[in-house]
Amino acid sequence: MIVAKRKPLGEIVEMLAPYQKITVIGCRSCVAICLAGGEKEVKMLVSALKIKNRKEGRKQQIDGFVVERQCEKEWVKEVEERILDSDVTLSMACSLGAQTIGDMYPKHLTFPGLNTGMFGVPEEQGVWSEKCIGCGNCIIHTTGGICPIARCAKSMLNGPCGGSANGKCEVNLEVDCAWVAIYDRLKLQNRLDLIENFTPAKDWSTSHSGGRRIYVREDAKLSQHQKKGKEAVQ
Amino acid sequence: MKAGSNLEKVLESGKFAVTAEIGPPQSANPEPLTHHARMLKGYADAFNLTDNQTAVVRLSSIASAVIIMREGIEPVIQMTCRDRNRIGLQSDLFGAAALGVKNVLCLTGDHHIFGNEKAAKGVFDFDSIVELKVFDDLRNSGKQLGGEQIKDPPKTYLGCAENPFATPYEWRAARLAKKAAAGADFCQTQAIFDMKMFERWMDEIRGRGLDKKVHILAGVIPVKSAGSARYMKNKVPGMIVPKEIVDRMKNAKDAKEEGIRLCVEQIETLKSIKGVHGVHIMAVAWEEMIPRIVKEAGLLPRPTF
Amino acid sequence: MAERRPKIIGFCCERHGMDSAVLAARTGKQFDASVRLVQVPCAGRVDGIHILQALEDGADAVFVLGCLEKNCYYDTGSIEARKRVEYVRQMLAEMGIEKERVEMFNAASTNAWAFPEIVAKMVEVAKKLGPIEEGERR
Repeated sequence: MIVAKRKPLGEIVEMLAPYQKITVIGCRSCVAICLAGGEKEVKMLVSALKIKNRKEGRKQQIDGFVVERQCEKEWVKEVEERILDSDVTLSMACSLGAQTIGDMYPKHLTFPGLNTGMFGVPEEQGVWSEKCIGCGNCIIHTTGGICPIARCAKSMLNGPCGGSANGKCEVNLEVDCAWVAIYDRLKLQNRLDLIENFTPAKDWSTSHSGGRRIYVREDAKLSQHQKKGKEAVQ
Repeated sequence: MKAGSNLEKVLESGKFAVTAEIGPPQSANPEPLTHHARMLKGYADAFNLTDNQTAVVRLSSIASAVIIMREGIEPVIQMTCRDRNRIGLQSDLFGAAALGVKNVLCLTGDHHIFGNEKAAKGVFDFDSIVELKVFDDLRNSGKQLGGEQIKDPPKTYLGCAENPFATPYEWRAARLAKKAAAGADFCQTQAIFDMKMFERWMDEIRGRGLDKKVHILAGVIPVKSAGSARYMKNKVPGMIVPKEIVDRMKNAKDAKEEGIRLCVEQIETLKSIKGVHGVHIMAVAWEEMIPRIVKEAGLLPRPTF
Repeated sequence: MAERRPKIIGFCCERHGMDSAVLAARTGKQFDASVRLVQVPCAGRVDGIHILQALEDGADAVFVLGCLEKNCYYDTGSIEARKRVEYVRQMLAEMGIEKERVEMFNAASTNAWAFPEIVAKMVEVAKKLGPIEEGERR
């Protein structure tokens, strides 16, 4: 899932300072699971902002709402009035949610309340770690199911660098060396012969290096006719 | 001859090679390089010019190479994958070759988190093994990574580094095998303090016949003090410094003298290990000791061709 | 003008927390403050939003009182509560609001002096800091 983190409160306060009516909108998907922008976090942020305003004698109307998935227009539509009724919308979703609102209501101001960080997984309660960078061409079947592009600080593709000590990464001694993990996994799978294989230069054109990516599934796309029909129903 | 460099001649003629490291200055002043070149001339077969080592911004390795070549000594330029993508690396290889640089050491590079530009965007388009393969293909067939056929390809003698002391240890010989297959002619190792561990690695290297494919230059670092030995033991990832060495430095009356003695002893031991074809002296910020170490280790005079 | 009575909200778990309050009440100790207790099934039920809401609605200080950590009726409720209190304190600090306004306490039901001490401490904090909106101006 997409893992995000709330922005420092001071930054949020500063961002919102010039405005009177503020709508905070969270999301019940990824950012709720990673405890950054779900219902509870929205309520807590709204409350904290109100306390701050009371302390400083500032008048702002701040309301919080949560939608199911902020990256989908259908769900955002449900709170359209709340958005348009405000001077600024603070999105407590990942940047995708914030940009969806922004694209739907381009004249309206939508600011990010979170810093979107990574594609990651919950490792244990309260801990998330990065496991994928979305390179667009998965290779983990050759690396024991562990992605060295995301999990190695140097995205090495031919084994560990010389800075791996006691199984930890030199960049952060708290983090496991991806290639030690790969070695252990391959050993477990009786596939250690794979470490002798040469992996050539990666074609990064499938990643962001190839420009903004747009994926299309022609079979799922609606025809003009179907689109009109759908609009009519709505 | 692949490039016809002095280092290549020494190694291919079966003589015991000596290389040493010169760290370029953190400025645009060429003077420290000229100074070191004059001081070190004749004490090693070629000199590594580090490429922004530990990710600290320094005078570029190619420019440094040209500066020391003016003083009549031979450079090995280090080229990391940290700061340049495949376009930059291939272009700089052309440039270095055109300026007369014949030895290139391929490295992935220290992560920028260690340097003085921590907010940098790391490149790491590929790793050092791919870099070797790309440079090897260029010199052998003039074929660029993207497939384009070029005229007048760079003729270079290619080196790599390997660290026998990093985890997983079981992978270390396999890594050198990959580097040899990718085109490495020589390999400079991480500084060796744990001789037993190095010998075990060398057993594996010989077992795979790699000593016949790659010239191994064993790395040494003269230690200045017990403090710096302890620092390397505890703080430098991928370095193993046995406690005996720290103790020996601690108990020495004159730590600097002891450091030199230790380094000379290490070179003597390394010379006797089968498959070791030279030493690589990394006298970090202590380059003035190189002549003495080389002399006391009985490595003078250096061969001429 | 009569001095304003500090407003304090205490979330007390229905086991040791509330029992220690009841025990203390029998001693007849009086406080110069408005202290309102909210009984919760377990301190672990108290969420950050409850604490913030209390402050937002006018409390000068908020405390959470749970069982002793090694003797929690629901095993880890007190430990969870402390972590949440800490998170809210961090948020307050980031907002430039005194984090001392929020505290976590633990007490055993048989301890008659614990509750008066806790309330006394929070009254002192609330008096010292005053209402949130005046905090900075004083």
